Parts: sequence; structure tokens; C-alpha cells
Amino acid sequence: MTMEMPNLVPVLPEIVVLAMTCLILVVDLFLRDDQRDVTYLLTQATLVVAFALTWALGDDQVRLTLFGSVVNDPLSDVLKLFIYLLTFMTFVFARPYMKERGLHTGEYYVLGLLGVLGMMVMVSSYSMLLMYLGLELLSLSLYALVSLNRDSTRCSEAAMKYLVLGAVASGMLLYGMSLIYGLTGSLNVIEISHAIVRDGADLPMVVAVAFVVVGLAFKLGAVPFHMWLPDVYEGAPTAITAYLSAAPKLAGFALFVRLLAEGLGPVTAEWQQMLMVLAVLSLFLGNVVAIAQTSFKRMLAYSTISHIGFVLLGLLAGTNDGYSAALFYVVAYALMSLGGFATILYLARRGTEAESLDDLRGLNDRNPFAAFTVLILMFSMAGIPFTLGFWAKLAVLRALVQVDFVWLAVFAVVMSVIGAFYYLRVLKMVYFDKPVETAPLARGLDFRLVFGANGLAILGLGLYPAGLVALCAGAINV
Amino acid sequence: MSFEQILFYIFATVAVVGALRMITTPNPVHAALYLVLTFFNVALVWILLEAEFLGLLLILVYVGAVMILFLFVVMMLDINTAPMREGFVRNLPVGLFVALLMIVEIALVVGPRFFGLEVVSSPAPRPEGYSNTGAIGEVLYTEYVYAFEIAAVILLAAIVAAIGLTLRRRKGVKYQDIGRQLDVRREDRVRMVRMDAEKQQD
Repeated sequence: MTMEMPNLVPVLPEIVVLAMTCLILVVDLFLRDDQRDVTYLLTQATLVVAFALTWALGDDQVRLTLFGSVVNDPLSDVLKLFIYLLTFMTFVFARPYMKERGLHTGEYYVLGLLGVLGMMVMVSSYSMLLMYLGLELLSLSLYALVSLNRDSTRCSEAAMKYLVLGAVASGMLLYGMSLIYGLTGSLNVIEISHAIVRDGADLPMVVAVAFVVVGLAFKLGAVPFHMWLPDVYEGAPTAITAYLSAAPKLAGFALFVRLLAEGLGPVTAEWQQMLMVLAVLSLFLGNVVAIAQTSFKRMLAYSTISHIGFVLLGLLAGTNDGYSAALFYVVAYALMSLGGFATILYLARRGTEAESLDDLRGLNDRNPFAAFTVLILMFSMAGIPFTLGFWAKLAVLRALVQVDFVWLAVFAVVMSVIGAFYYLRVLKMVYFDKPVETAPLARGLDFRLVFGANGLAILGLGLYPAGLVALCAGAINV
Repeated sequence: MSFEQILFYIFATVAVVGALRMITTPNPVHAALYLVLTFFNVALVWILLEAEFLGLLLILVYVGAVMILFLFVVMMLDINTAPMREGFVRNLPVGLFVALLMIVEIALVVGPRFFGLEVVSSPAPRPEGYSNTGAIGEVLYTEYVYAFEIAAVILLAAIVAAIGLTLRRRKGVKYQDIGRQLDVRREDRVRMVRMDAEKQQD
């Protein structure tokens, strides 16, 4: 038999990342513990090369390859670029922390890169099979990363919760996908969409959509499927939490767009209502419960839940403006969240985790640079005008008002105001309280540079958001 | 009745009896073996349906690997089943009710209305020489090659994770050093001792 060779150029970044991961896996075997920085440098080089490749191959064309199962479009390019960038920053932040705790192993980087590969598969998949496989690759890497510190019962407990609930979520998603396959006879996103338009959708399709939405909501951590999120964020080593909280959310967003907006676009009315419930609950619970937290990590976890609520608001608008607003929001969130966890990594020392809010007291007296970055981060998360977070919230609200969901927009604003309280309380501790601890913060130049760049990016994009807005608008073409 | 039908009824009867015995037998090891019997007969039914690849896969994977693992676990755990049997009579009405409910529900969804021979005709026999192993291989390595590769990467991630989480380098453990074992010469191990013959004492 003959077979036409598929065009492999669109998956070149994936191939490079996989090949390099295998190479790193082998090279790492021959390194002594004190040479582990070679693994680190190779990993970062891989991300840089992948970034350059995706950048060079990226244009505004939509290309399908590998029998229609892989798509290469502006959305996948933008998401992949941000995934490389965020992971690169995460590894810079993580290295000193992992070293202090004896966790600076080759597996950390290999699993991190395999997770990146999973995310890449997710963002450019046009087939439900690939979506699921990408998600499993990512999840499996994350479960292992969370339990990397195997001697800590707290980490093992977090990993166990994550594994069990993650498996439940995968099951839900898979069940929904199999129902969709049964109803439409195809795994391909475009064909599913055509089949629904052709045959119409009845009750079984609604059930299938519900399962898919529940599965995805579990993975993103939207209320009422958020139970794992605070425990896992708190229990995992902070460097892993930083990894967990940033890039995978972009990949989760991609699944929402590919599966719900593109594949199940004809039944938008069905999933719109489901997302509405999830968004309202997430905004409420995330913001209110975050007030009661004494741990900075848990507070950021609940803040994540509320931000997820906002992303869902953008998605449920069901318009191109809504999707691009949600993309803008999720990118902004990932930058802010990474900065938040990087702050904890900055404060942490050998033997000290510094995850309590009390550890932030008097940070300005100890290190004005870190304090100012925290100021930018918190202002942005709270959505104070002329910060990145503000523009992100504004874009989502505008998209909501356009489709006449004014009450949702008003609710979101009220919840943001409640949320502003706990962000500003952090700043009060940083600037107006006396320091509990006086030890200087010791982090290398690379850490401080990237940390400063993270803060500056949020500040700069807040002052000149037009570039990112245009990028997000150009990426969405449903 | 054709030969195929006779075969089908034999396999189906054994499968159902095996399944029933599996849930009624008191010994967990016997239960596992009855499940093997059921799997085996279901695999035969599949082969009757010309799905020989899936049938063999079921035997290899489920009977050969999963059930054997299961059997190991059952034997190692040595579960005392007597306490589990307590309250059988007390819980029987509730159990019967739930079972009946499930039977009715299943009948409603997958009753003969939807799946009878009038609705879904039996599949047309494949032409002679048709290999469904080949057919599966053909799509697996063409249309689904990317998914296949990603699945392989998932296995790699699982291996890395499993080794990373369980491998402990302890001190004082005696490892085998194959190189040194192979390098060994006679002089290292055997010492020739010349000694005079001794007379055995009575």
C-alpha cells in the first residue's frame, strides 16, 4: 500500500522538544550531583530553541497536518510561545529553591519538559484523541512533580489527592468525549462541528457536553470542582506550584477553545449556561475564601480560582471578542501567578519555606526591589486601573456587556472589589508592618533579573496593553 | 442451527456461568479463576465475530497479565472474607431492589428494541484472507501515528516518574558489578593448596 507522507513541519517544535528531552534524560545519567546545572542549561536551551522555531514557523495561516489531527494556527503559536516563556521563567525561579532542598534532580527537568510537550500537543490538537493524550502526558508529569519530594508526607498527600481527583476528571472528560464520538462518529473537531450542524443536537449531546465541561472544569480548578487545588498548591514544593499554576492553565484554556468553541460551537447555548454556573461560583468562593487565608500559598490558590472564574466569563460570552479577552486574561493571570509564587521562592531559604503571609511583613525594609515587584503584582491581580490585570478584567467585562450579560459583569465587578481587600492587605503587610525576620534575601542575579523582568512586564503591559491585545485578537479566529 | 450458533451458545453459556460463579464463590482465588474463564469465553465469542485480534488481545492482556497480577494480589493480601459476609440477609432486600432497578434501567437503555437483530443486522462476513490485525496496524501507523507516538511518550513519562519516585540509593547495599564479575580470573577465586593425603579415621 502507499501512503502520503504527512507534512511534519508544523510539529517540528514538538519533535525537537521530545528529542532533546530524551537526550537530556541520557546525558543526565552521566552527570554527578554537582554538575546538575548542565541539565538545567540544556533544558533552558531546549526551550529557547523551541521558542525560536515556533516563532520562525509562525504566520497567520491555519495549517492542518497529520490527517487533520494537528492544527497550527495563530492561537497555537501564541499559546506555545507563552508556554515556553513561562516554563523558562519557572525553571530560573525553581533552581535555587530545588537545590536548597536536595530536589535538584534530572527528573525534575525531564518531567518539566515532558509536561511542556503535553501542553504543546494540547494546544495544537484538532482531534479528541490527541487532546486526551496531551492532557494525560501533562497530568502524569504534574502528578510526579508534585510528589517529587517523596520524604515529605505533605507532598505525598497533595500528590495523592491530585492523582485521584485528576483521574476522576480524566474519566469524566473521556466519557464525554466517547459520547460525542458515538453521536457524531468522528474524533475530529471540525467534523464534530459539521455533524452537529447536520444532525442537530438532542439530550444525549447535552449530557456529553456536561461531562466534557465537568472534566475540563476539574482540570482548571473551577468551583465546585476546585477541592484539590488549594491542597495541591499548598502541599507541593513551591517551585512545582509555580510550574503548576502558570503554563498548564494556558493549555487548559486551549482545550476549552478547541473543544467547546470550535468543536461544540453549534451547541454554544448549552455549555454557556454550564460555564455561567461555574464562573459565578468560582468568582464568589475564590474571592471570599481567600480573605480567610493565613498562608500566602493558599491565598494565591484561591485567587487562582477566582481568576479562573474570570477566564470562564470571557469564554462563555461565546464571541471572538470573548475568546480573545479570555486569552488575554489567562496570559495575564499566568504572568501574575508566576510572579506571586516567585515571591515565595525569593523569600524561601534553606530550611525556611516562607509561605505564610506573616513572612511578607516588612518586606520593604528588607528588600525594596522585591517589595515593589510585589506591589505591582498585587495591584495587577486586584485590577487597579492601568495595570495588566485591569485591562484583562476590562476586556472580559466588555465582551460580556456586548452579549447582554450585564448582571454577570456587575457581579464580577463586585467580586473583584471584595478580592481587592486581600491583595491590598498583602501590601499593607509589605509596606507598613515591622519585619518579623531580618535575614537578607539571597538569590542569584539570574533570579533577580527574571523576577524584575516579570514585574516590569506586568507594569509595561499595563501601560501599553495594545500590543498584547492585538496579539490575542489576532490569535482568535473561530 | 448452524455450527457457528452451536459454538456461540456453548461459549456464551460458559461465560455466563463463569460470571455467576465468580460472584457467588466464597473463595477470592476461585473467583479470579472464574473471571479468567469468563474472559476466555468472551474472547472466543469475539473471535466468532471475526475480531480475532481483539480476542487474542483480551486473552493476552487481561487473562495473561491483569488477572495474574490480580491473583498475586489476592494471594498476598490473604483477605479474611468472613466479616464481609455478615449481614447478608439483612442487606438482601436493599441489594435485590438495587439489582432489579439496574436491570430495568439497563433494559430501558439497551433493550432488544435498540439492539435486536431486526435493528442491527449481523455483520457481513469478511472476504477470505482479510486480516484485521493488518487493518488495525495500517491505521495505527498512518492515520494515528502521532497519537501512537504521544502514547509512547506517556509511557516514557510514567517510567521516569516511577523510577524517580522509588529509586533510593542506600548505603551498604551489595550491588552486582557485572564488569568485575566477568573480569574475574581463576587466580582471584581459587587458591591451590597442596596438602598431604590424610588417612581417614575410623
